Amino acid sequence: MISPETSPPRSSSQSPRSPPAAPFLSISVTDPVKLGNGVQAYISYRVITRTNLPEFQGPEKIVIRRYSDFVWLHDRLAEKYKGIFIPPLPEKSAVEKFRFSTEFIEMRRQALDIFINRIASHPELKQSEDLRTFLQEDEETMERARSQETGIFKKPADLIQIFKDVQTKVSDVVLGKEKPVEETDPEYEKLKHYIFGLEDHLAETQKQAFRLVKRHRELGQSLSDFGKAMKLLGACEGNSLGKVFSELGAKSELLSIKLQKEAHNLLMNFEEPLKDYVRAVQSIKVTFADRANAFRQHCELAETTKLKEINLDKLNLMRSDKVREAEMEYRELKAESEQATRRFETIVRLMNEEIVRFQEQKTADMGLAFHQFAKGQAKLANDIADAWRSVLPKIEACSVSSPHG
Amino acid sequence: MMGPETPFGFESPPVREEMESLALSDAPSSDYRSAMSSSLPTAVSAASVDAGGGDPLLYPPHHLQFSPSSPAYGDGGDASSSSASSFLEPPSYADVVFSPFESQNNGGSGGADQGSFIHRDCSPRSARTAASDYLKIAVSDPQKEQETANSLVPGGATFVTYLIATRVRSAAAAGEVETGPIEFSVRRRFRDVVTLADRLAEAYRGFFVPPRPDKNVVESQVMQKHEFVEQRRSALEKYLWRLAEHPVIGKSDELRVFLQAKGKLPLPTTTDVASRMLDGAVRLPKQLFGEGPAAQVAPQDVVQPAKGGRDLLRIFKELKQAVTNDWGGVKPLLVEEDKEFLERKEKMQDLEQQLSTASQQAEALVKGQQDIGETMGELGLAFIKLTKFETEEGVYNTQKVRAADTKNVATAAVKASRLYRELNAQTVKHLDTLHEYLGLMLAVHSAFSDRASALLTVQTLMSDLTTLNTRIEKLEAASSKIFGGDSSRLRKVEELRETIRATENAKICAIKEYERIKENNRNELDRLDRERHDDFLSMLKGFVINQVGYSEKIANVWATVAEETSRYARDRN
Repeated sequence: MISPETSPPRSSSQSPRSPPAAPFLSISVTDPVKLGNGVQAYISYRVITRTNLPEFQGPEKIVIRRYSDFVWLHDRLAEKYKGIFIPPLPEKSAVEKFRFSTEFIEMRRQALDIFINRIASHPELKQSEDLRTFLQEDEETMERARSQETGIFKKPADLIQIFKDVQTKVSDVVLGKEKPVEETDPEYEKLKHYIFGLEDHLAETQKQAFRLVKRHRELGQSLSDFGKAMKLLGACEGNSLGKVFSELGAKSELLSIKLQKEAHNLLMNFEEPLKDYVRAVQSIKVTFADRANAFRQHCELAETTKLKEINLDKLNLMRSDKVREAEMEYRELKAESEQATRRFETIVRLMNEEIVRFQEQKTADMGLAFHQFAKGQAKLANDIADAWRSVLPKIEACSVSSPHG
Repeated sequence: MMGPETPFGFESPPVREEMESLALSDAPSSDYRSAMSSSLPTAVSAASVDAGGGDPLLYPPHHLQFSPSSPAYGDGGDASSSSASSFLEPPSYADVVFSPFESQNNGGSGGADQGSFIHRDCSPRSARTAASDYLKIAVSDPQKEQETANSLVPGGATFVTYLIATRVRSAAAAGEVETGPIEFSVRRRFRDVVTLADRLAEAYRGFFVPPRPDKNVVESQVMQKHEFVEQRRSALEKYLWRLAEHPVIGKSDELRVFLQAKGKLPLPTTTDVASRMLDGAVRLPKQLFGEGPAAQVAPQDVVQPAKGGRDLLRIFKELKQAVTNDWGGVKPLLVEEDKEFLERKEKMQDLEQQLSTASQQAEALVKGQQDIGETMGELGLAFIKLTKFETEEGVYNTQKVRAADTKNVATAAVKASRLYRELNAQTVKHLDTLHEYLGLMLAVHSAFSDRASALLTVQTLMSDLTTLNTRIEKLEAASSKIFGGDSSRLRKVEELRETIRATENAKICAIKEYERIKENNRNELDRLDRERHDDFLSMLKGFVINQVGYSEKIANVWATVAEETSRYARDRN
């Protein structure tokens, strides 16, 4: 359902004379609310769509959605838009779900918000009908759509596909083909090598970033305990020295709070983007698999078609009465083969565009993440310097006044 | 904000720019021997110590005038100040932060780690060091030696000896008449240190005698040999320095002999408990049955505590007295009445508790700082690898840009990691003061316990006198009933009177000793309060300045990166 966009749509509220407003589609995922009890508890989100596009029901629409609705949308898009890197979803995380900590909820909300907006800004994906369904339909319709997809039993079409895959694998073996058919495009090879390597490196950085968040929390805790101990020591010492200890202790506790804040900032604005990067790379790997499948199908159908053609010629020569049937079969097969080839070529074309978009997007995303990281660290360090510096006057005062009895 | 005389005018440290070499390079360690000798005050006012007989009650005055011959300080250092503010002098930042004092070699002669002792020119610590007779004490060169033929175990046990090199301030201090050698070097084993510690404990009752390093019997078996030896070497050095810095003990003969007498240590060794008990058991019958001198406590013995001695009878008597004090209905004739002392004692107990907690939390803080530095370093490393990867495999321009951004962040992270590590190394040195004073509490306990046992001795003698007088009364009363007197009883009375006279003498000695110890306690408490005040203040100051300095550097590192990446934030908005 890719409807080519020819000209920017006009907003219905605009007079024909005035210049058309720039088309916009902006979505926010907000207001997480915990619903349900015990094992069946889940979080619902408010999804607010603001747009001037005519395909939508109005300038603003609010719906309630849950995580599995997002999953539905993701899976539908993955099905229909092979070759496009579908924006990744935050992990399912069956374990953390039970605890539903505030942090987890906030991280998920942020990730879902980013997800839906990426879809809305992708030139192809934003035109998807499933997206419109997701953004506008009421909850019952959504639930119905969702339950058709989920469940232990896959759709019949899926089953047939799986069967076909198994068939081809078996025939490969039977025909003596040891390796599955693969592309040999050197540039594509390079890309695959790059993506796989990238995933490893990114995973490592994400791991360290997460550890860094933890270290901030731990240091914060130590500072808090240290501060308390200093205060107690100050109470014991008494007089002006005691006051210095108390002041030191107070600042230490203050800094503990700042460290916890920075830990949270690091988590949301540095570690999450890194994790998001990793997910994006994993999404690309899915597209690799799609491309490989499409390539295989194209090859096999081409092969089968050729065989059929040869067979047809033979029948023609023999002037057999099976010719008509064979010809029909041949035409069908040819059409299928051409379709498979077109699908493959589409994927290749889309991927080339997507890679460029991906690199651009990631440079921007990482740039922002680095900026947030550096800004946060700089601010923290300055806060630390300021807090400790403010103790110095008390220290000076203590030294000047003769403490000795 | 600090005024114009900020102590933070410093040159940028020699931080390496190349990312590739991630091995932490330490800033060139200054030859601290020269730092020490060059920074020592050139003039020390004469301490008014009574040279004759070393009366333990006199101390050199705490405040010393000296003109620091050190590098000129930053702006506006008040160099002409009185001693009280001399340690306020904000040290040049570069010195405080970037001249690590730790030695790189194991027990290098002279260059050994002095720990937190010789920080700075103007720290209160160095003022005390300046007052010491000793210029330098270094422990080094551990050697294995065989036990001599006396050993019970055939094949001989081995033990370790250490070379102890000392330099004294002046020949007079060394006890030499003329300009004799002022450098000494002797070999000692740990057993000698135990002997020294025991003799000092006996001789300096009531003083806060710095506690000696532990025997560590378990560790010596379990730890790696060279690790354990190094740990012990360092501990010995610290211990000897503490002794040398003590205004009274630093001038003691025991210490002098330990540091200077070649060959076998000429101090009486501590005999083991068993042989003491044996000797005591020999005396006991005479004491119980005997008349005459054997039964009496010699006055010179009275100045030593009963416990650990050979006089079993005295041990029993004092034990009985202690029990009576606690459980008996009658209040002893002499009690600890000094209110001021009791208050101070309570304060010491409170202080000990708080110090214990503070010491623990300080360690936790140090660990927290260490961890964050390490992880920051590993993050930087991961980013470096990523950069390399993107650069090698990159195709698009956007990748190049991203690789450059990543490299900036990586470099910053590695720099920050290094700064954290340096910060932490200094933090350890500063907060070490807490651990030290916690250790000192042991010495305080000892000194208070000296006082208690001296009091017990007096109480026991007083009880003795009461008992003796009662016996005389009884005997006289009994003998007066007999016509013409009872010569045997009268003889008994005479003997008892003898005993009473001796006991009276002993009591007088014991009271003198008790008073002496009380005086020592008081002076030491004063000294502890003064020194603790200065040391704590110095510690807090050093800690704070350290934190401020390094935090500012770290902030700068990140501010640069934030600036370089600010366009991404603008674009997003």
